[in-house]
Amino acid sequence: MEKFTTHTGIGVPLRQSNVDTDQIIPAVYLKRITRTGFEDALFAAWRKDPAFILNQEPFNAGSVLVAGPDFGTGSSREHAVWALKDYGFKTVLSSRFADIFRGNSGKQGLLAAELAQDDIELIWKELENAPGTAVTVDLVSKTVQCGNIVAPFEIDDYTRWRLLEGLDDIGLTLKHEEDITAFEATRPAFMPKTLPAKLS
Amino acid sequence: MAKTLAEKVWGAHVVRKGDGEGANAQPDLLFIDLHLVHEVTSPQAFEGLRLAGRPLRRPDLTIATEDHNTPTLDIDKPIADLTSRTQIQTLRNNCQEFGVRLHSLGDAEQGIVHVVGPQLGLTQPGMTVVCGDSHTSTHGAFGALAMGIGTSEVEHVMATQTLSLKPFKTMAINVEGTLRPGVSAKDIILAVIAKIGTGGGQGYVLEYRGSAIRALSMEARMTICNMSIEAGARAGLVAPDQTTYDYMFGRPHAPQGGAEWDAAVEYWNTLRSDDDATFDVAVDLDADTLEPFVTWGTNPGQGVSLSAKVPSPGDFGDENAKAAAERALQYMGLEAGTPMKDIRVDTVFLGSCTNSRMEDLRAAADIIRGRTKDPNIRMLVVPGSARVRLEAEAEGLDKVFKDFGAEWRFAGCSMCLGMNPDQLEPGERCASTSNRNFEGRQGKGGRTHLVSPVVAAATAVRGTLSSPSDLDPAPGSAAVRSDAA
Repeated sequence: MEKFTTHTGIGVPLRQSNVDTDQIIPAVYLKRITRTGFEDALFAAWRKDPAFILNQEPFNAGSVLVAGPDFGTGSSREHAVWALKDYGFKTVLSSRFADIFRGNSGKQGLLAAELAQDDIELIWKELENAPGTAVTVDLVSKTVQCGNIVAPFEIDDYTRWRLLEGLDDIGLTLKHEEDITAFEATRPAFMPKTLPAKLS
Repeated sequence: MAKTLAEKVWGAHVVRKGDGEGANAQPDLLFIDLHLVHEVTSPQAFEGLRLAGRPLRRPDLTIATEDHNTPTLDIDKPIADLTSRTQIQTLRNNCQEFGVRLHSLGDAEQGIVHVVGPQLGLTQPGMTVVCGDSHTSTHGAFGALAMGIGTSEVEHVMATQTLSLKPFKTMAINVEGTLRPGVSAKDIILAVIAKIGTGGGQGYVLEYRGSAIRALSMEARMTICNMSIEAGARAGLVAPDQTTYDYMFGRPHAPQGGAEWDAAVEYWNTLRSDDDATFDVAVDLDADTLEPFVTWGTNPGQGVSLSAKVPSPGDFGDENAKAAAERALQYMGLEAGTPMKDIRVDTVFLGSCTNSRMEDLRAAADIIRGRTKDPNIRMLVVPGSARVRLEAEAEGLDKVFKDFGAEWRFAGCSMCLGMNPDQLEPGERCASTSNRNFEGRQGKGGRTHLVSPVVAAATAVRGTLSSPSDLDPAPGSAAVRSDAA
């Protein structure tokens, strides 16, 4: 995973709550077996509307998505994170993220930064008044800067550390393989196994 | 120290406690007892293993099925959609390469992953269950800690049989009282979500408690736990009891009689929240006064009683909720103030991991038996698994549905999500027993009202959103099934 320390890019105000992952990427695009190449799928239904924010300059070149509360609800599809990244987004700001989406973002190096809704509203106004305004998201100091606005954001320390270091989760866990093996030896015999199959 | 059920299950699976305390604590490493796999969220994970040269650690705790992409007609022919076919073929190749048990289309155990696990007896009390699918919360009905995960985590479980998980908060959902006729588990969970909102469960594991929950069958408990994710919860569960054990007993992968069964039951009996355990939050719902529930908007929290009217954006104090309601009404093509029961639908979908089990099919069949379908309604009945389909046919339910004019399909996710041939047309309105009414969820431009199986059936009779109590008595309605649950 690529390290994330700080990012500056054009902010995109998405004034909408409950942006579920079916909107971020409709199911029809989940049939692919690759992990990349999902940029065309991002907000595919909404992008058919010429008035949609990503169809307007300079927002189409944005890399900081500023969304309403409850972003990423619904389906667990990690494709939502891949699509945001493939389009060029490095970070999403919201006052509340769905748990699975937040987890998936952390695994893929997309920073999900949680801000107070009041600060989101201020940033929306700034971005709408002066389209193209750059937003800086600094993971070291945990602050967002946009015009004259400076706002703190929340992220759990473990995810922050992994993002700053660009660490691979599986590699970290496999350092504790002995603990896993020891645990496996203590599991009760009545716990089910899928193999061999038993008759219905 | 007194513990909740969720904390007990968590504690029994800690492989390694995270370093640090409080806000700086690292996540615990938890062992995963069962990993369910399907074709959509696994190909990139298998590819990750291959690229890193890592083996699948526990094929014997892993099982796969085909459900999201599969057609529900012509299953004896090659899948027509090439990308779907490739994704299914990729799962088949991966399962063969990594030694994973797979139930393919046409197999008697194929079906929706969350129907198959419990049916085989692989889902048991006190387990940790994961799947790259948010409706994994279904398995919580057994007192298991069951969570949906993303593809990176799927790969992590494949490689290590563990997950790093952050601590959760606990929420008690107390449902006391007795459900009235025509009111079911689906109405309970839709009412819970309307009450706490789509983000209300965020960071929480929900425990459903109270006399109304205890009175529910296992399949009804699965319906409730299934939609925990629709309230944003990490998981949802119900403490196991005799109802759970009766359901488990004799299933292929359940502990077999004698000492093994007794040892399991002794452990399962410890799986309840201690009387003096405290929950971070408690929410109460009155079962006595609950009515059939239905959604009017584009997220599962936008629901009302079926006897109510479409709300007005002005009813919402919060600016975001107001804007969301405005947008939802526009998308749904509804006017504020319209009685829900005046809304005419085009399609009725009975199926999905929420409501596609035997009891769901029986409950719907009991409503339509001896009645006539509204001629303008298209009705799809899609059993959750091939085995449910076989059992339903053995009971003659397929004939009831076909005589009524419904389409009797093969098992799969079907019209719950727009990923296989079963989709709505733009503007088409559907009463659906599934779990998500998001924009475009059932097909681009499709309009979804989430309902229970009996409301779906009554709607198919009348053509407008209806509760069973709105129906005239069916001719020969004395012949109600004597063994109905």
